[in-house]
Amino acid sequence: MKDLNTTGPAPSAEDMKLIKQFLEDTTLFLGPDPEIMQNHDLMERSPDEELAIGQNFDHHMIARIRDRLQSGCDEGYEMVEQMGAAPGAKWGDVITGIYTASGDLALASAGGVLLFSSVVHHPIKFIVKNWINEPTVGVREGDGFIHNDSRYGNVHNTDQSMILPIFHEGRLVCWVASTVHEGENGAIEPGGMPSMAESPSDEGLKMSPFKVVENYQIKRDLLTFLQNSVREPKLQLEDMKVKLFACLRIKQRIEETLNTEGPEALVAMLRLTMEDVRTEVKRRVSEWPDMSVQTYIIQDSTLRENCVVKVNCKLTKKGDRLIFDFRGSSPEFTNRATNTILGGLKGMLSQLFLCYIWPDLPRGQAAMAPIEVITDPHSILNCSYDAPNSQSLMSIFTGFTAGQHAVAKFLYSCPEKYTKVHAPAFNMINTFIWGGVSQHGETLGNLCADLNGMGAGATANRDGEHALAPIFATMADIGEQEVNEEDVPFLQLVSKKMTRDAIAPGKYRGGQGYTMMVATKDSEQWGFMTTAQGAKIPPIQGLFGGYACGTYPLSKVKDVDVYDILLNEPEKFRHSIEEIMNEQPFDGAKYTTHHMGMGFEISKRGELFMISQGAGAGYGDLLERDPVNVVKDIEEGLMSPEVAARLYKVVFDPATLAIDFEATEQARAEERQARIDRSVPYAEFVKDWNQPKPPAHLPYFGCWGDEIDTLYMGSPDVTRRGDEPRPNYMTHPKDVRIAELEARLAAAGVPGDEKQ
Amino acid sequence: MKIPMTEYLRIDLESEKWECRVCDHVIAPAEGNYKEGLLVHNRNPREIHPPVIDPDKYRYTFSPDPEWVRILEFCCPSCGTQVETEYAIPGHPPVWDMQVDVAALKAQWAARGTAMLPDAGPVVVPGRAHGH
Repeated sequence: MKDLNTTGPAPSAEDMKLIKQFLEDTTLFLGPDPEIMQNHDLMERSPDEELAIGQNFDHHMIARIRDRLQSGCDEGYEMVEQMGAAPGAKWGDVITGIYTASGDLALASAGGVLLFSSVVHHPIKFIVKNWINEPTVGVREGDGFIHNDSRYGNVHNTDQSMILPIFHEGRLVCWVASTVHEGENGAIEPGGMPSMAESPSDEGLKMSPFKVVENYQIKRDLLTFLQNSVREPKLQLEDMKVKLFACLRIKQRIEETLNTEGPEALVAMLRLTMEDVRTEVKRRVSEWPDMSVQTYIIQDSTLRENCVVKVNCKLTKKGDRLIFDFRGSSPEFTNRATNTILGGLKGMLSQLFLCYIWPDLPRGQAAMAPIEVITDPHSILNCSYDAPNSQSLMSIFTGFTAGQHAVAKFLYSCPEKYTKVHAPAFNMINTFIWGGVSQHGETLGNLCADLNGMGAGATANRDGEHALAPIFATMADIGEQEVNEEDVPFLQLVSKKMTRDAIAPGKYRGGQGYTMMVATKDSEQWGFMTTAQGAKIPPIQGLFGGYACGTYPLSKVKDVDVYDILLNEPEKFRHSIEEIMNEQPFDGAKYTTHHMGMGFEISKRGELFMISQGAGAGYGDLLERDPVNVVKDIEEGLMSPEVAARLYKVVFDPATLAIDFEATEQARAEERQARIDRSVPYAEFVKDWNQPKPPAHLPYFGCWGDEIDTLYMGSPDVTRRGDEPRPNYMTHPKDVRIAELEARLAAAGVPGDEKQ
Repeated sequence: MKIPMTEYLRIDLESEKWECRVCDHVIAPAEGNYKEGLLVHNRNPREIHPPVIDPDKYRYTFSPDPEWVRILEFCCPSCGTQVETEYAIPGHPPVWDMQVDVAALKAQWAARGTAMLPDAGPVVVPGRAHGH
């Protein structure tokens, strides 16, 4: 309101009341509410909560109710996972949760994507604020609300939530919700996560929270409208029903508790669980050393073009305060989809703490509640209403990695740890998104579960596990590709085979990722897209002398039908990207490589699209790696003998792989000395290395060095202040290419006499 | 009291210095940037992450683009242990990654005592690391 007072004396308190009333009475559009969207702390205790807590319930009873309802959430989760039609549901990309009457997430299912539910408190608070007393809407027993628009509190619009109020004798006592990564949502590209979106209007369904269920029945008119807005109408119906019935099962469990323990015990349990977690988090943080840790992670593309996009992070701990300062990160892109709303970033940081740092704490909103987050407005981590964000995962995940990298440096010296110190996990969704008309005549749009196969980071005492889990759902599965192939017209000709030499070396190496090769078979109307960064610059950092992963491109082989090859000349087929691309065994085929932001592309029968999942980061000095484990990696096909010998300085017999320990010892001592000889003192190094601005040859976005007030916007000469938003448009990559080709024509002397 | 802060670094609370945990080399003042007491090498990332597919044929090869990113390798000037790596944009000043409030660290450990020194992972010993 202060901004309204641009001239003249400040309005009186009475004037302000009138102005506020006027604005409330004349609101033309209930958009996302900044008061709700910028706040992730717990709501104040309500009078009902005060009353309930005042009854001083026995702590054991509170714990028993919590365990009972935790089981209820887990039961709902299992139902969605077993019955959900979306591929994401089958692999655990779902969650259920119980929220307080004010909207805070108090309990979430033990499996699934905590990130999902930790942003759903926003739409519930929107419903509480706007619909409860709205005569044309209202919130009554038997109602259910649907929501997907990330700007009202969601990761991206491909996730849909069903939200039910729970009443006891006419009084609202809590909410339950179920969220699923549905996939298809009617966006400009199939599958729900369009990287081609240049504005929110390209991103498909934009459901602000609205009532879609009355008397526990889905309203058929609204359902039909939603089905008519997406490519998979049957999926839309089935999963709305699944989520509704999962919520009803949790409701049943809550009602059993209400009947045996009473509403006050339930309300007290929900509130005390959150308050106890919040208090415990502050206690645990206070055990960390007072320190600031800085790091940055680079996104190397917008998914449309390669560029350098900085995610800047300074994590400061002082006393019991923990502050993530992401200022200096890239400005938002006005017409690219890799921006995220702030709530998505905070939800993923919540996932960091509850899955990787303190997995023993009850899963809910409270663990993140006392942790502070600072960002620049209209930045890639806190984007505006008008910026597309359908590929927000790019920024959410690199923000997570910055946090994971920084937190490890606090944890090392802590006497009490709840997990091992952990190098960053791989963080990109290297998978195929697909769509079109299937062999059964169905219109489909979704993705392969391989996004869940991210390699784990190494820890302080062991290697990272291969293809372990996605950072957003540590208990998810990578599914059965063969089951998927019953529904879709393509095969993964190579799947789950580790990509050799795509490594993250260290004393303990990162867990590796596997190769995927797909080819369409039984449809002329089918295509793929890929949406990941990290084909030019690794998207993670190593830890304590360990290295990050390498980079991961998309390879294509066109003008070939590999199904004909497999039928007629099977000896020509190869089972690795390395062999196919280097040997080029298919005559007349065209072999190309690309970054991992492939917009939706129709594929012909038998053309190969090939990618790899990525490796988590390595930990510690690779010269300390046990030579036995180096040879084991060779034997398991993770590394070629040449690369292993050159990097790890292990001496072995190339025929038998027998290790010469004495020679290895000697080679490693020589390498340590060689390091000293080729390196220079820091002060001398930075004299030559440090530059005052980003290099002119890189389209660079974000702050340079510690100067977080100035954000570069693609050139050393174009900047904005961190706190002063400016539009940041990118040129269409095809226009860039046309300009390059026209320049070449001009340089070659072709006359530019075309009429203008 | 010496507090292990990373796999290879500790802070001596009496002398207020960063030290190497492998060879006991005194690296830098604890209030400052430990990297200032280390040696640095500007590593071509292709040497660590080798091209899986032929760089003469293809634009993207599984290997980071050395024009776009470098690996700064920080090692102890005494024993050559690689203490830290930093994947850096060419010319980007190295980050001061651990800015420690030494007074607070001293107070925290004075209250805790040596019995609480962390289980910070396997013991680090110079020389061979295998268990044979």
